[in-house]
Amino acid sequence: MTRSIGLAALRRLAFAVPVLLVVSFALFVLAKASPFDPVERYFGVRIIGASPERVAQLRENWGVDEPVVAQYWAWLRHALAGDLGDSLSLQQPVSAVIGDRLGWTVLLVSVGFTLALVLGLVLGTLAAWRQCSWLDRSITGSCYALEAAPVFWLGLAVLYIFALQLRWLPGGGVTTGSEPVSVGGVAVHMVLPVAVLAISQAPWFVLFVRQNLLESFTQDHVIGARARGLPDHLVVSGHALRTSLLPFLTLLGARLPELITGALLVETVFSWPGIARATVEAALNVDFALLGALTVMATGVVLLGNLLADVLYALADPRVALDG
Amino acid sequence: MADLLWRPAPRSRLTAASPPRSPRWRLLPSAIILAVVALVVLIVPLVVELNEQYVDLAIANQPPSAAHLFGTDELGRDVLLRCVYALRVSLTVGVVAALISALVGTAVGALAGSIGGWFDRILMRVVDAIASVPHLLLGIVIVAILRPSLSAVIISIALTHWLTAARIVRSEVLSLRTRPFIDAAIVGGASRLQVMTRHLLPNVAPQVLLATTLMVPHAVWHETALSFLGLGLPPHAASIGNMINDAQRSLLIGGWWMSLAPGLLLIITTLAVSGVSGVWRDRLNPKRRTELTW
Repeated sequence: MTRSIGLAALRRLAFAVPVLLVVSFALFVLAKASPFDPVERYFGVRIIGASPERVAQLRENWGVDEPVVAQYWAWLRHALAGDLGDSLSLQQPVSAVIGDRLGWTVLLVSVGFTLALVLGLVLGTLAAWRQCSWLDRSITGSCYALEAAPVFWLGLAVLYIFALQLRWLPGGGVTTGSEPVSVGGVAVHMVLPVAVLAISQAPWFVLFVRQNLLESFTQDHVIGARARGLPDHLVVSGHALRTSLLPFLTLLGARLPELITGALLVETVFSWPGIARATVEAALNVDFALLGALTVMATGVVLLGNLLADVLYALADPRVALDG
Repeated sequence: MADLLWRPAPRSRLTAASPPRSPRWRLLPSAIILAVVALVVLIVPLVVELNEQYVDLAIANQPPSAAHLFGTDELGRDVLLRCVYALRVSLTVGVVAALISALVGTAVGALAGSIGGWFDRILMRVVDAIASVPHLLLGIVIVAILRPSLSAVIISIALTHWLTAARIVRSEVLSLRTRPFIDAAIVGGASRLQVMTRHLLPNVAPQVLLATTLMVPHAVWHETALSFLGLGLPPHAASIGNMINDAQRSLLIGGWWMSLAPGLLLIITTLAVSGVSGVWRDRLNPKRRTELTW
């Protein structure tokens, strides 16, 4: 059993490596195909005053005139050794740029995701249990509305109400003024961004849990439990939820790209010091070293998430064969 | 004892999902809203001209009033009128991008499904690979290469959204290929191209149209997100995302109405589109009734 899960995980990994290679190479080709010359970008207006020898030397050093494959190979060798190159827009090594910011994004995303899951389970169960009641209708109705609302618009609304009008919570960054970063301060600053991320991700989980529970109500073991006279709350928690939660696990992995997208936008609204700002800067300044590294990294996270979800699923439900 | 036996069973709602409301009542409100939005977006620009350069500081930053239902912005322009124009821009981008991605997706899906074998496997792995890159990030990369502009936004949305259409068309083609009427056509001497254009594509068309319709709100959402990040349409072009981006500054001085209207308009339009396509989907796939009832 464990062995077959291990094999399946290995097979997934074997798919992930070529995907990452293909994605990074495609990004590389795209960057080369763009009309932007990194050397010209580096000099900017100073290129007029720069001596041709200096420009030629830089071209030589950076190897910009070599064939794409040779350049990609050089990048890949360095990347595997931990050197992702330098970010042109932020004048820092890419690994330093990401290292400074990644922790903040991971913090926001993990807390937001956990909260969205809890919300999804609780509200979804309530909605299915009280099917067609006013509670169900208001939960499902607001889920549809929230799904249609752009997350940054939600963020602005929350920012306006709770930070600017009511002044209950800080509306941006991780510290107030020049005070040093502290656990309590970060926790307070985290409330609004995490809440918005969770609220924007939750509807999907809520609707999914509700639908699956409703389907499980017609399954034999649930009908059997009801026929034995068990009270509703025991039937829901002990019988219906168990089976309907299994597909939930695979969804966690499938939801990761949306989560990363949501986090990018929430970070922008709340000036969170994560990778969003760096991503937008990199895009505006055609900083491919940084943008490419960020994209490959995000892809890696998504693939890893899918792998984890599959393994969890197989552990939770031994009937599932992981072939295919 | 007899009392206990005759006690009515407690009311339980742990039953099968109740049947959806009759399609007409689910369809009608969405269809009306969609028709009104379409009419307004098409007709208002013909009647009232929006002058982006028009500035009237005397009526700048006014909260909603009878004259300006959603207030005015920091240059004294009517927010609602700008919103109508913005929705027009956003919807155009959404529809064009959705159509392009449907075309690309249908082509890839039909080729993969009908040729099959290694070709199919490689194409589908490519689709899987693209699907693992977060859409918005890939869109940002494409916009960064092409520089923010209308066409760059449309291309970036189209290139990230054709995967769904490709998967749908491929699976439909695969299941159609085993049907007797295709065999009959092949036996009757139809060429590959004829089978494709006369028999396969017409049968796939309804599903593709549905997927395209569902893609429009997604594409609009994508455009607004890119514009909000400052990577979308040029600042002077009023799109929903640009308007929300502009309104961000006014929030600090208390101008909530400038972001309210674009957001609400977008939500209402999206809900109406998904309402209509939900009924449509149930009709196309009666077995896979994914539409939730409420």
